[in-house]
Amino acid sequence: MEEVKVLTKNCGKINPESAEEYLAVGGYTGLKKALSMSGQEIIDTLKAAGLRGRGGAGFPTYRKIQFTYDTQADVKYVVCNADEGEPGTNKDRILLSQDPLKIIEGMTIVAKAIGAHVGYIYLRGEYSYIRETLYAAMRSAEALGYLGKDILGSGFDFEVRLASGAGAYVCGEETALFESIEGRRGEPRFRPPFPSIQGLFGKPTVLNNVETLANIGPIFAFGPDWFRSMGTEGSPGTKLFTVIGNVNKRGIYEFPMGINLKDLIYDCCGGIEDGHALKAVQAGGASGTYINADQIDMILDIDQVSDAGGRLGCGTIIVIDDTNCIVDIVCNNAFFFKEESCGKCTPCREGTTRLYEFVNDIAQGRGSMGTLRKIDTLTSVMNDASLCGLGRSATVPVTSAIRNFYDDFIRHIDRDYCEHCRTAGSV
Amino acid sequence: MIKLTIDGRLVEVPKGSSILDAARIANIKIPTLCYHEDQAVKANCRICVVDVEGRPGLQASCATPAEEGMVIHTCSPRVIRARKQIMELILSRHPAKCLTCEKNGSCELQTIARELNLTKSPDYTTDIRKSVIDASSPSIVRDMSKCIICGRCIEACSKVQEINVMGRENRGYHTMVVPPYGKFLADTACVNCGQCVQVCPSGALTIHDDTNQFGDALMAGRHTIVQVAPSVRINIAEALGEEPGTVSTGRLVSALKILGFEKVFDSDFSADLTIMEEGSELLYRLKNGGTLPMFTSCCPGWIKYLETFAPDLRPHLSTCKSPMEMFGPLIKTYFAEKAGIDPKDICSIAIMPCTAKKFECRRREMNASGERDVDFVLTVEETARMIQAAGIDFKNLEETPFDNPFGTGSGAGLIFGATGGVMEAALRTVYELVTGKTLEKLDFEAVRGFDGWKEASVDLNGTVVKVAIVHGLGNARKLIEKVRAGEADYHFVEIMACPGGCIGGGGNAPRTWAKMAKRIEAVYEAEKELPIRKSHENPFIKQIYAEYLGEPLGEKSHALLHTHYVDRHDLLTT
Repeated sequence: MEEVKVLTKNCGKINPESAEEYLAVGGYTGLKKALSMSGQEIIDTLKAAGLRGRGGAGFPTYRKIQFTYDTQADVKYVVCNADEGEPGTNKDRILLSQDPLKIIEGMTIVAKAIGAHVGYIYLRGEYSYIRETLYAAMRSAEALGYLGKDILGSGFDFEVRLASGAGAYVCGEETALFESIEGRRGEPRFRPPFPSIQGLFGKPTVLNNVETLANIGPIFAFGPDWFRSMGTEGSPGTKLFTVIGNVNKRGIYEFPMGINLKDLIYDCCGGIEDGHALKAVQAGGASGTYINADQIDMILDIDQVSDAGGRLGCGTIIVIDDTNCIVDIVCNNAFFFKEESCGKCTPCREGTTRLYEFVNDIAQGRGSMGTLRKIDTLTSVMNDASLCGLGRSATVPVTSAIRNFYDDFIRHIDRDYCEHCRTAGSV
Repeated sequence: MIKLTIDGRLVEVPKGSSILDAARIANIKIPTLCYHEDQAVKANCRICVVDVEGRPGLQASCATPAEEGMVIHTCSPRVIRARKQIMELILSRHPAKCLTCEKNGSCELQTIARELNLTKSPDYTTDIRKSVIDASSPSIVRDMSKCIICGRCIEACSKVQEINVMGRENRGYHTMVVPPYGKFLADTACVNCGQCVQVCPSGALTIHDDTNQFGDALMAGRHTIVQVAPSVRINIAEALGEEPGTVSTGRLVSALKILGFEKVFDSDFSADLTIMEEGSELLYRLKNGGTLPMFTSCCPGWIKYLETFAPDLRPHLSTCKSPMEMFGPLIKTYFAEKAGIDPKDICSIAIMPCTAKKFECRRREMNASGERDVDFVLTVEETARMIQAAGIDFKNLEETPFDNPFGTGSGAGLIFGATGGVMEAALRTVYELVTGKTLEKLDFEAVRGFDGWKEASVDLNGTVVKVAIVHGLGNARKLIEKVRAGEADYHFVEIMACPGGCIGGGGNAPRTWAKMAKRIEAVYEAEKELPIRKSHENPFIKQIYAEYLGEPLGEKSHALLHTHYVDRHDLLTT
């Protein structure tokens, strides 16, 4: 299976801090075209390309920009969400550290569309080592006139500022990210008002994931038809997949949307390590669903994964082989959300900890069928009533694991034998 | 107007309403905890969720705008299940000490828990937030084990008063509302205004209870002499369950007599005294080039605020003590002499609408009589609880007049309770003292009302005196900035820490602006009926100057009625 390299084309091949080298491999072709276009023309091009957000929700990118474009305001912002907090996900890190100008080019095009003159890259706290690369790349782009005042003589000004997180997962949520940039506790805001009306510093704001922005330059360089020639009807283009866990070849792969999960695991990544059998796959990061080995014949595009009850999310695939206890893994997953709840709203603040306690009770052999019933009620309420996506996401791994690995949970509840937990001596 | 359906009923509401507003217009009750009608929407407790057809999940009704054609269910099984679970989650962290909690019976959390009919055993093990009770402040007690992290106190402290004493610490399950760096409240810049207590929906923030001290004083055989602040007669009936704005001066005196207070005096009298001193001080400053603008000094919250945040501006503060602290030494000197009581046997008590007064009476310099001038302060809420505990039928009490010689105050003294009142009282007296003419119209409408920043000017025999009135410490901060920038060309400024003045003080029953409107109306209505409406016309004021004090700003006045201020800037840094 051959990778199709659009986003990662330059990674490792050019000096990320040099705009000259970026230019030499065809960079800025898209920006040059976009600079001569009107805001609406830029939006229409993205609409024709059918680009959808790569951060998780898969919202059509042009619509976000259109909403912000339609809002009248003297100041608007473009924000790049580089707070890649999903456990096991590294795709944005590769783009940020090896081809940052592609992201900044995308931001510049979006800024041109909505009339923003300042953009922010909200860099994950743990990625602070990339800061210098980003600054150097920006200085280099400014020297060549691709950033800063009067870009390429078009009269359009755009500068990019860096803001850094302090390690909170919730700051990947767009409004919590704004709060963090503004210097407050990283807690989500309620909506409405939506960011396209009142975002960063109360101004209309477009926020996009790193990978989404990296797609924008190539779309303008080669045209929407070229973009649509890759991927599926509903999700055109390519997607970065981070495959981790018990596979032979872990890594970041770029494929057109619509490849088969089974092929990705067995063909591209060389199958399961040490000849073990596949137990489960968690698709979409820590908030993704756990599916069992029978369900992996799945087309990976945004809509088809959703239809199957999952979420493509940021494209992280965690592969789990049969030496692991799924209850133990889910317990660990619930622990993550308990630690990462910001504490603003009641269902998530209290619920994530209680959910962890319930799952842990089952994992430790203290659970009962009543615990499963309590989990069912609690997760329903967290789903219904949480303020932001974190409280809702926290329930997904637990409910999907119980649904798809019911026997494993029952085995723990009955204090039956679990061959994988036996070393822990708990069951 | 937009039309929507709530629980099968067609409701028409103004555009811009939230679902919660719409439900309230239709008399449909939705429980709320973090929502407060005077504050910004926070949407974090989630108890107010409702089901909106066509939307995934449930929506917080406080934060979701009502839209044309919406179909909303506020009590479907799904909604009720969510609310019950949320309440169970809250209660699993909350100590079930309701019967011995100060908020027992007036607690919003308790009320909503009761209304939600939580009959089954909870799904969650009890895990109460670990926290020590912070009783370091003389005014406010913090018991964070009872906190439900609604954020109302943070808004009151940060957005209204702009002091920022409290904030959220830690994350997730371990989130706590605390002063920074684990400090005790007494070690922070807290000015003791009690606006946080006013909005707390649980027993986490309460008034420092001093009610037991009264019983101790009685049993020790001390003479319990009490003074009653102007706004207490406006608010005490409300604290006992009557309508806001029910004036109950005579009934209050009766109740206090039943409780065993030996003498019940009226702080309206010492408010009049304050006007004599403060008015004279203003005229002295105007004549002799003193520091201007002169700031009022009646409000202990404001005093501590200035001492902490702008100690350099202390010369602007009037040196007059507050009415309460003017009264204190007079009781232990003048009155004690007259009544032939040893001041050491007097227990001087003040009933105030204010939590900061508890701090003020403990200030070291407040001992002009040689003893602590005011031994302790009871708030309106504490007094109401004492009346309740004594089984007094407050509603049907006879009326009793205040005791003399300090039982008569003028209308000018009474209006001290509302923002602008001190200014209006001062203007009435200063005008007549300077011009020698009788005021034709006593009501200075420009200084009345709840505008955060009011200005007026008065012509005193050719000298135009410019005055301003600010209330709420957020506005006080703006005033300080203006004075520092040299843009405040006022001669006299009245400042009250609590929005709306003393009738909105932290020691009252929980306030809302709707209730405040009724309270302030009652103040001016009650004032109109008083026979004397100018401080300098109060015969007992004339008498005490003639018999004891001599003249305003005189030697005796200076010793008993004036004070100095300290620099508390270090509270911000250490």
